[in-house]
Amino acid sequence: MRYPHMIIALCALFIVSMSSAKIASAADGTEILKQRCASCHALKGPAAKTLAQLWQRKGPDLFYAGNKYNKTWVEAWLQNPKRIRPAGMFYRQHIKPGPKHDIVDKSTLKPHIILTKTEAKAVANALMKLKANSELTAKEKLVPGPSPIGEMMFDKIYGCMACHQIEPGYGGMSGPEVFTAAKRLQPAFMLSYIKNPQAWDPKIWMPNKHAPVDNIQQLVNYLIELSKEDFSDVK
Amino acid sequence: MLNKAPLCITIMLLLIPVTATSQEQARDNYETYCIQCHGIQGNGMGVNIRDMSVQPRDHTDAKAMSGRSDDELFKVIKEGGLSINKSVLMPPWGSTFTDNEIHDLVKYLRKLCKCKHGD
Ligand code: HEC
Ligand code: HEC
Ligand code: HEC
Repeated sequence: MRYPHMIIALCALFIVSMSSAKIASAADGTEILKQRCASCHALKGPAAKTLAQLWQRKGPDLFYAGNKYNKTWVEAWLQNPKRIRPAGMFYRQHIKPGPKHDIVDKSTLKPHIILTKTEAKAVANALMKLKANSELTAKEKLVPGPSPIGEMMFDKIYGCMACHQIEPGYGGMSGPEVFTAAKRLQPAFMLSYIKNPQAWDPKIWMPNKHAPVDNIQQLVNYLIELSKEDFSDVK
Repeated sequence: MLNKAPLCITIMLLLIPVTATSQEQARDNYETYCIQCHGIQGNGMGVNIRDMSVQPRDHTDAKAMSGRSDDELFKVIKEGGLSINKSVLMPPWGSTFTDNEIHDLVKYLRKLCKCKHGD
């Protein structure tokens, strides 16, 4: 051994870099995303372009998270995740024929990974930096206001309720529940998604109903009113 | 070298249909977009129907399905229920499919009902 001091120095360097990597993995949201989330969530675009890709998707795309979610909601949900899509990511993989009609096979639905408060905070910060599709949300601006016939539009005029639950246990199963939508989602995202779901996700099974922009404003104002209601007694 | 050329050409020809079109199979489209309401078995008993005010058509019902021409079926898929004075709950799919995919879906519906227009 001609350079024992060098070997010791290298070992010390190795140990220091290892332990700092450990600290980083707890605090650095981007690292957590890469290591613990990327197996199910796309952190880079584009969205699924074929049915084969759509069917393989294990979780919602997160590469435009910063243009989609309310940060406070993300942080809270990651610590206490509750189901949003009653029939899972791709409903077809979670349904079976029932006595009267097809039903959700709940045994196929798995609970979501839970993060600690520190992790959730770091991840929420990292997610808000993922900002694909800014050109879509930049075009939208909500004019907040009352929505006298928003509910009628959602249920009857456009038939959105066929796929979305407007309160726990009431409405369709193949899309996300909407009675929490405005807690979760930014207004500009909702306006843009309803206007053209395929611009966000070309193969998604939500149709473009071609609602005029004024009516989309009413629909989103309705979703905002709806999310202020307390449904804790219904569930 | 030379005797490998036919093999290369065959492989290239085999690849063309795969790369030249993004068209999906009618059955795959049906099982992604339609069964949420029309049911796994196409019998109108989808996972969404419990709280729907108008029930989806049973696509295996030969009597009802033979009452529609292929053009009408094309129209209702592309433009939705309202376009043929039916319920808005049947959505328009014109922003989801190409016209070719819709023509294929019409043929697929004819297989499900085992029927033609005017049977
Ligand atoms: C095993 C697969 C899997 C892993 C791993 C996973 N998720 Fe998820 N995630 C899902 C699924 C499935 C949903 C949809 C849940 C629902 O609709 O109820 C979801 C939903 C979400 C949502 C809500 C998105 C929306 O649009 O509704 C966020 C935010 C999220 N995950 C973040 C994360 C983060 C951060 C991690 C890593 C710490 C992670 N997920 C790890 C599968 C996964
Ligand atoms: C045929 C079923 C279907 C119909 C009809 C439908 N949607 Fe959707 N909707 C979906 C699906 C599927 C998604 C996306 C699911 C995902 O991202 O995982 C979605 C997403 C949404 C979102 C974003 C929700 C979220 O949590 O990310 C909003 C808002 C929304 N729809 C509103 C509407 C409105 C308003 C209408 C009527 C004009 C409507 N939907 C009609 C199936 C439907
Ligand atoms: C959100 C629920 C929903 C989805 C998704 C849906 N349908 Fe329908 N469909 C309906 C309802 C409800 C009716 C009945 C309308 C009526 O009788 O007024 C219907 C009726 C029909 C009819 C019969 C029209 C007639 O009166 O002859 C055809 C054909 C049809 N749908 C095809 C499709 C195809 C193909 C798809 C998938 C691309 C599809 N539907 C997806 C709800 C849906």
